[in-house]
Amino acid sequence: MAATASHDAEVDALLDTLFRVHHYDFRAYSRVSLRRRLAAAVERLGYADLAALHAHVARDGTVFNRLLGFLTVQVSEMFRDPHYFLALRESVVPLLSTYPSLRVWVAGCSSGEEAYSLAILLHEEGLLERTMIYATDINPVALEKAAAGIYPVEAMRAYTTNYQQAGGKASLSDYYTAAYDNAVMSRPMRERITFADHSLATDTVFAEVHLVSCRNVLIYFDAKLQAHALGLFADALCRRGFLGLGARESVRFTAGGDRFADFAREDRIFRKVA
Amino acid sequence: MAAHPPLRALAIGGSAGGLDALTQILPHLPARAPLAVFVVLHVRRQRPSILADIVASHCGMEVHEAEDKEPVRAGVVYVAPPDYHLLIADGPSIALSVDDAIHFSRPSIDALFETAAEQYGPALAGIVLSGANADGAAGLAAIERQGGRVFVQEPATAQAREMVEAAAAATRAATIAPPAALGPAIVALMTGTAA
Repeated sequence: MAATASHDAEVDALLDTLFRVHHYDFRAYSRVSLRRRLAAAVERLGYADLAALHAHVARDGTVFNRLLGFLTVQVSEMFRDPHYFLALRESVVPLLSTYPSLRVWVAGCSSGEEAYSLAILLHEEGLLERTMIYATDINPVALEKAAAGIYPVEAMRAYTTNYQQAGGKASLSDYYTAAYDNAVMSRPMRERITFADHSLATDTVFAEVHLVSCRNVLIYFDAKLQAHALGLFADALCRRGFLGLGARESVRFTAGGDRFADFAREDRIFRKVA
Repeated sequence: MAAHPPLRALAIGGSAGGLDALTQILPHLPARAPLAVFVVLHVRRQRPSILADIVASHCGMEVHEAEDKEPVRAGVVYVAPPDYHLLIADGPSIALSVDDAIHFSRPSIDALFETAAEQYGPALAGIVLSGANADGAAGLAAIERQGGRVFVQEPATAQAREMVEAAAAATRAATIAPPAALGPAIVALMTGTAA
């Protein structure tokens, strides 16, 4: 359709600017989601159309930062999909505990809820002391929030059910200090996590890890970038290392997916086989 | 009226009372129906998700929960997984997203309808069923704008009228019919026997 084709050309031009001027590469993101996110940004930032947004983004860093918020926004929740964390606890942890030291990579960590969830789980299983969690994202604002480890206390209360369903052994409130309306994650949880800027599109592998958790990130990539990211995970993982994906993600339709085998099929946990 | 191309896809959305209406429509579709069907029903987040199983028990077509990047095939009913938006991408193929809820809903009927309309244009039909919010109205209007055929469940037969009334108001020429008549109407479009 002609309207869509011309709109696609405008999207291409904007993505080129983001890459050339700001060094952020969204060119291989899933087009259908990107179009919707850009439409939301145009509307919520108050521009007449994509071209007007483009003109401002090219020369205004603050507009770029706000746009970045729309392009990288992700739902983030402690112990989201509790069954995933329960499966990690019951099926993966016994195998991880055989290693003398552990490295975990949370790829696309957004504002950090999942990294802290894993830290709590590993703490309760007695593994946190010998674990380093690398939590990476491309959004500096989200990373800053994640490293601060401060969340609305109301939200934390809402995560309690998730935590219990995920096999939590204590009380979620043991892991944060409430101060007014905020919950601050406790120091032992924060100390084991390194938050860092890393792009699955343009950066390389930085460490050998035993577990990669990358949930609901690959769905925003096109098939080629998805295959690329899956390749990064396979290269980063140790022999027989684990990969956890989102509740409805699979490696089935991705090139290179055969480097992984189902481990806990229903819970979307895979194991590197090649 | 301009001649329509053969129907290649059907998108159905509903909320409260929508499942009941859906199970009256799908039995009409033959096992080897030459079109893809996409279903968004607002249901509570649950695991394991039983929606696809319920739909399958009322339908001769193959039914499964949509998976990200899955190529769309004719003869299959794709059900949106709870808590994900179901979008139709180039190919056509399935794209899932966990972007913000729209009309407090994820999956969103509007998101499915709008993206399916972009892919299929006039070869798409959309149906809005019973529900208690306005999701689906903007999407059905998008399907109509792209030349697709649009249907709305007769409000008197809907458990909750808000969704169907909003959809009827947002479109210019939606066919409004009870669930029992919607299945045969789709079959007529599919086989080229529509009036």
